[in-house]
Amino acid sequence: MDKRLAIVAALAALLAAGPALAQIAAYEIVEGAIPQPLTDSPGNPARGRQIVRDLDKATCLICHPMPIPEEPNHGQIGPSLTGVGARYTPGELRLRLVDPKALNPDTVMPSYHRGEDLYRVLDRFENKPIYSAQEVEDVVAYLASLDRQ
Amino acid sequence: MSGSRIAVIAAAGAFSAAAAFGADEIASYEVEGRRSGFLYMTEETRALQEDAFLNPGMFAVEEGEALWNLVEGDEGESCASCHEDAAETMRGVAARYPVFDEKRGGLVNLELRINEMRTSYMGAEPYPYESDELLALTTYVANQSRGVPMAVEIDGPAAPFFEQGRTFYETRRGQLDLACGHCHDRHPGDMLRGDVLSEGHVNGFPIFRMLWSSMGSRHRMFEWCNTSLRAEPYPLGSEEYLALELYVAWRGRGLPIETPAVRR
Ligand code: HEC
Ligand code: HEC
Repeated sequence: MDKRLAIVAALAALLAAGPALAQIAAYEIVEGAIPQPLTDSPGNPARGRQIVRDLDKATCLICHPMPIPEEPNHGQIGPSLTGVGARYTPGELRLRLVDPKALNPDTVMPSYHRGEDLYRVLDRFENKPIYSAQEVEDVVAYLASLDRQ
Repeated sequence: MSGSRIAVIAAAGAFSAAAAFGADEIASYEVEGRRSGFLYMTEETRALQEDAFLNPGMFAVEEGEALWNLVEGDEGESCASCHEDAAETMRGVAARYPVFDEKRGGLVNLELRINEMRTSYMGAEPYPYESDELLALTTYVANQSRGVPMAVEIDGPAAPFFEQGRTFYETRRGQLDLACGHCHDRHPGDMLRGDVLSEGHVNGFPIFRMLWSSMGSRHRMFEWCNTSLRAEPYPLGSEEYLALELYVAWRGRGLPIETPAVRR
């Protein structure tokens, strides 16, 4: 996607949605990645490992096999995330969490940091991203640490 | 259908034309590549469904039979006083529903038709959607069509509702932003967490679902899938779910009615 367009789109979405969406961080897509972290405090991989298991946060295990042996029942909808940190840069991982539809409009993978443009969201989730900006950073740090097969 | 009792009886006669299938002839669980949810269940769950003595849904069939014969309402009628032997008069009905109904100017499914019988002909109160009684009677009526291939009418006056249902099926919704087909067209057979995804067909409904420890209607399943996507569901019996039901029944055309199916 054109870089300037993406910034404009993210800003426009923020402005249009008003205060409810102040929870969505502005970001810039550059060549299939979001190179800049969404927050100032670096991601914490241990916290990220907790977050990806959290049922209330639509756990990644619904769809992905992951190197989390203590959890039963890993999904098989998406590819295994074992070794994913060796396949992608942190910026690429960030985009795959925040807005996978920017890469594949037809994807099954949900956008974890998006509030606008969604249809008939249940009241209690309305205008809330699944992950906060800091949670995205924690999960990116965790995924980046999965650099071994 | 017109308001007179005669018309009901005439229509019941027409229904029994579908009784061409022998009572214990069960069509294949796979038809032209469309596979019943049955084939995605474990051996144990399948065995439970196929054993009439162990299938927990058979309680609903029995309860439904009692309600079929129960006189209720101001007119002093039961279902049986108009439709007589359900094994004959109801055979094939569930396979054709939902249908376009001229009087309503919209679709009716089996549940709403049963309630309409109660209010228009019996002078009785409608059952609440998803009540034990409505589930039991629907299960009993649908059970008479066991083995009959689903074949809903989607042309003529039903066509716009069919298109509405297709649009519903194909629309992404909820916080997870998924459409029905993302799971049921692309990933049948794959694990979604602890569940094996099926193709999302409705030929077994009402089903006994172990997760619910109870019977559930087609619309309850739609509601469950909608809320799983963190999408606002529609009311059971709503126009939206009736249209979706028509589309999904067509999607499973040819699959045999399996009511009461047993699911995980
Ligand atoms: C509803 C299903 C679903 C959920 C939930 C889900 N994903 Fe995905 N994910 C997919 C699919 C399907 C793909 C394959 C790529 C595509 O379709 O665009 C994918 C791709 C990915 C990729 C790229 C992997 C590769 O090897 O190319 C990453 C990284 C990823 N997901 C991480 C996550 C994380 C982390 C979570 C939870 C925060 C998550 N996913 C939740 C379905 C899902
Ligand atoms: C995130 C995945 C997902 C999506 C999207 C989804 N469902 Fe389901 N659905 C399930 C699961 C899990 C089950 C239970 C296992 C099975 O039978 O597939 C199920 C079961 C069903 C069944 C019962 C099938 C049977 O044989 O008992 C029907 C019917 C159904 N879904 C219809 C729908 C419709 C209609 C939609 C869209 C409004 C939808 N589903 C969207 C996950 C999903």
